[in-house]
Amino acid sequence: MSKTIDLPIYLDYASTTPVDSRVAKKMIDHLTLDGNFGNPASRSHKFGWKAEESVEEARSHIANLVNCDPREIVWTSGATEADNLAIKGIANFYKSKGTHIITSKIEHKAVLDPCRQLERDGFEITYLEPSDGGIITLQSVRDAIRDDTILISIMHVNNELGTINDLEGIGSLARKNGIFFHVDAAQSTGKVNIDLSSLPVDLMSFSAHKTYGPKGIGALFVRRKPRVRIEAQIHGGGHERGMRSGTLPTHQIVGMGEAFRLAKEEMDADKERIYSLHNRFYDSVSKIEEIYVNGDSKNKVSNILNISFAYVEGESLIMALKDIAVSSGSACTSASLEPSYVLRAIGRKDELASSSIRFSFGRFTTEEEVDYTLALINHAVERLRELSPLWEMYLDGIDLDSVEWQTH
Amino acid sequence: MAYSKKVIDKFENTLNEPEKFNVGRFDPKEANIGTGMVGAPACGDVMKLQIKCESKGNTHIIKDVKFKTYGCGSAIASSSELVDMLVGKTLEEARQIKNIEIAEALELPSIKIHCSVLAEDSIQQAIDDFEQKQ
Repeated sequence: MSKTIDLPIYLDYASTTPVDSRVAKKMIDHLTLDGNFGNPASRSHKFGWKAEESVEEARSHIANLVNCDPREIVWTSGATEADNLAIKGIANFYKSKGTHIITSKIEHKAVLDPCRQLERDGFEITYLEPSDGGIITLQSVRDAIRDDTILISIMHVNNELGTINDLEGIGSLARKNGIFFHVDAAQSTGKVNIDLSSLPVDLMSFSAHKTYGPKGIGALFVRRKPRVRIEAQIHGGGHERGMRSGTLPTHQIVGMGEAFRLAKEEMDADKERIYSLHNRFYDSVSKIEEIYVNGDSKNKVSNILNISFAYVEGESLIMALKDIAVSSGSACTSASLEPSYVLRAIGRKDELASSSIRFSFGRFTTEEEVDYTLALINHAVERLRELSPLWEMYLDGIDLDSVEWQTH
Repeated sequence: MAYSKKVIDKFENTLNEPEKFNVGRFDPKEANIGTGMVGAPACGDVMKLQIKCESKGNTHIIKDVKFKTYGCGSAIASSSELVDMLVGKTLEEARQIKNIEIAEALELPSIKIHCSVLAEDSIQQAIDDFEQKQ
């Protein structure tokens, strides 16, 4: 390594991103007495008016990035709340029209858990199977639509695989059948172009902290034409045109606004740089024997790369890569004791699912960091395979599926 | 998950100096070798333990041990910890090793206790295999 680098190396940008220093600067300006600290709902003095001005400017930055009307943006505490508001909001408002909702097995828990809750409340949910490549096919959506379907909720970019769904196609199906279409876009802002002026999407959830903004703030796009109505989930003051009450956190909102303004400005440059880092990483890692890329590599964002290293367990690999911050699909890293439900849904066997690592790159990732990581991976995988009875069996030509394992 | 320093050290030492920490294999067909393999890939851990035995009086003692483990950090550390306990023990003594000794030595968190159970199972199976050959 010619250049010294700081350890550990952060390659978990899909989990969260650091706040861009330009964003942090803006936020600090909206907190203290010498800054713009007022309550944007205060109508009677300058402090309130100035705060409102900042909030509205931020709202227009969000709208600009995704090409919608600022009045279609509702602030929430994050994408999880936006998902809840969209799904429960539609379900509760339109339940007299129908009680069937379509979503997929590879949605984020912020979509799946509200759906589970609605099931308890008497709604019927269809959980679509993704393709082996981790894409929701139009045919599967078409087949699931019923007369009483009121909502389809499908994510834009999958958080584990990075695969991109066809919003245009799914949205058109929804439109044709008079069904609302909600999209969780937490992973796609700043990575994929979103044009809501032409996309047939009715509701879209956004998160700030995946796009170099602060945690604790997000937004929901609620289309005005044709009008979409939702039932509020939080009451108390009627902020955000009654859709989401609660004093607006000016500093958070301003942070998200600045982050999204920068995302628009720098998306092309970010994308190009990250694409080249992705290729540099992939070209090298693909030389390792018996690795499998999870998710359709032709149809995904380049900031996420999910790889299974066969015959090596994911958590041990993460431990061996202690200088690299990454996520694993291994059950051992979570409390659930189940390997990633996303990898299982795309048909990965449990052992390949628990051998998976998600690498995610971002604005501050450098070539040196990628090279350093690659060297560590090569070393760790080699060492762990030397330790692996499964690798030994593989080299001996034994088919692991033919072995009678002593499960415990 | 936060691991104890003992698990981390054991894991890293085993990884960095596999030979010193008895990683490897014996020919399972040899008469003085007992092999135990427990766990399943789908469950996330497989341990393979081999003991090389030598007769001493009316019993056998464990002269050498080799192992390989596929699994999380604490599974690997548990196997390695067990291996440390085995050399020089008679088969009767080795049969007495309980998972709790391994768990305590490594300060395993409660959700990782199954790793030490697996280690205990592996030595029982290796001894069974050896005794069947005699």
